[in-house]
Amino acid sequence: MTARKNLYNVGAILKGLSITFKFMFAKRPTIEYPTVKKQHSPRFHGLHELRRYEDGKERCIGCELCSSACPANAITVIGAENSPDDRRSPGERYAARYEIDELRCIFCGMCEEACPTDAIVLTPRFEMSDYRRGSFIYGKDRLLVPPQAGVGEAPDERPGGIPSDLGRVAEIKSTVDVGEGYSATWRGEILKGERKGLAG
Amino acid sequence: MLVIFIKSAILLLVVVTTFAYAMLVERKVLGWMQMRPGPNRVGPWGLMQPAADAAKLMLKEDLTPKTADPLIYRLAPFVSLLTAFGAYAIIPFGASSSGTWAIGNVNAGILLLMAITSIGVYGISLGGWASGSKYPLLGSIRATAQMISYELAMTMSFVGVLIIAGTTSLDGIVHAQLRWWFVGPQIVGFMVYIITAIAETNRAPFDLVEAETELVAGFHTEYSGLRFGLFFIAEYVNMLTVSCIATLLFMGGWNAPFHLTFVPGVVWFVLKVAAFMFVYIWLRATLPRLRYDRLMAFGWKVLLPVATLNLIVTAIVVAITG
Repeated sequence: MTARKNLYNVGAILKGLSITFKFMFAKRPTIEYPTVKKQHSPRFHGLHELRRYEDGKERCIGCELCSSACPANAITVIGAENSPDDRRSPGERYAARYEIDELRCIFCGMCEEACPTDAIVLTPRFEMSDYRRGSFIYGKDRLLVPPQAGVGEAPDERPGGIPSDLGRVAEIKSTVDVGEGYSATWRGEILKGERKGLAG
Repeated sequence: MLVIFIKSAILLLVVVTTFAYAMLVERKVLGWMQMRPGPNRVGPWGLMQPAADAAKLMLKEDLTPKTADPLIYRLAPFVSLLTAFGAYAIIPFGASSSGTWAIGNVNAGILLLMAITSIGVYGISLGGWASGSKYPLLGSIRATAQMISYELAMTMSFVGVLIIAGTTSLDGIVHAQLRWWFVGPQIVGFMVYIITAIAETNRAPFDLVEAETELVAGFHTEYSGLRFGLFFIAEYVNMLTVSCIATLLFMGGWNAPFHLTFVPGVVWFVLKVAAFMFVYIWLRATLPRLRYDRLMAFGWKVLLPVATLNLIVTAIVVAITG
């Protein structure tokens, strides 16, 4: 009997028609994505970024805590000793190789929490689609902020920003102009040296 | 002879363009009713979308299933399309002092129109049957049953109009509505006609022939590329045809409402047809599909008796008042 009621309930049909008609003029929530982009929260977990100190030195000290904290095993860090005439970071060690497989990464932010020097930070950037799997392995060439850009463009969620005294920047004098040597071949040279070191 | 060819070419162009933009308008309006913007990427406001769709359909592969009956399978879309376009040979769109704007002015226009549009079901039935696949077969069985059931009520629904007008010529029916549109005295017939017209063109909520939730895509499941496109065109052209018929029979054709005769009759005709097309889209956005047995029960137990009763009452009233 209810079926019969539904089929011949003209009032309900008219009510439905009025609802759809009203919705024709309703405000549409669509964000037309490629042309209009949504503002993400500063805490959004997107693509990683390796930061520097204000003097241009890398924050990463190659401790591999991020790598061990990573639940998805997405981070590979190979540390190396800083040599006195080529200081990459303020500490004793730096990351000779730092790779994140963004396809494995679950963007949980545990690396960010584990990092003692706040070197690895998740930025709100999220558009990293590509055609090859290999290009999702982000090395230092793409993760590290360029020295010209200062400490990093991404907003920091802490009110004071990144504390600049982390890692005792003031006590260690820079011996190398960090602006040089970051050409496209730099990473390749480092990896060559690293392979030699591993063999020896 | 040449004049008829030119007229036909122009009309064909107009109908195909109308189809293309009716499709765009449908997608837009459906989008708005569902709080979406609708297609808006190709050209300004998506105005080039029909061209993009046409190019896509033409470039797609034309598949014929191994189990299909090749000849009938390939022929069926053309049956649908030709009958859909055939109707426009006798539909008048307006009138001037020299005559009506139609390719052919037939005495028994409405009867010929019904005869032509009724053949359209063959395209759907044969296409589904010749696909050699279960879902199209189910779709075409439904199409046949549904079309036969609703065709009867549909024809009954406008016999009342013919009795009042005293003619079966479309031209004459429109002229008979100079003072009063038949939607007033024939409101019951009008309602029955609208409902059956939706069922005849297999549109929601009577789209059991396609019923994508149950039958994949119904009768055109196996069709792809341009052949699918032909069925698609036929569906929209049929919508346009029944909207034209509804305008001619019930809404006064090209007669202007409230004596607003400074606007040309063709404009009124187009506006009325557009209103019907909008109602089609509106209903699709609103109502869920009927269950098959209820569709049949509704057609035979409600629409047909109501239409017949309307016919009898109209006949009696006309006989008494002369």
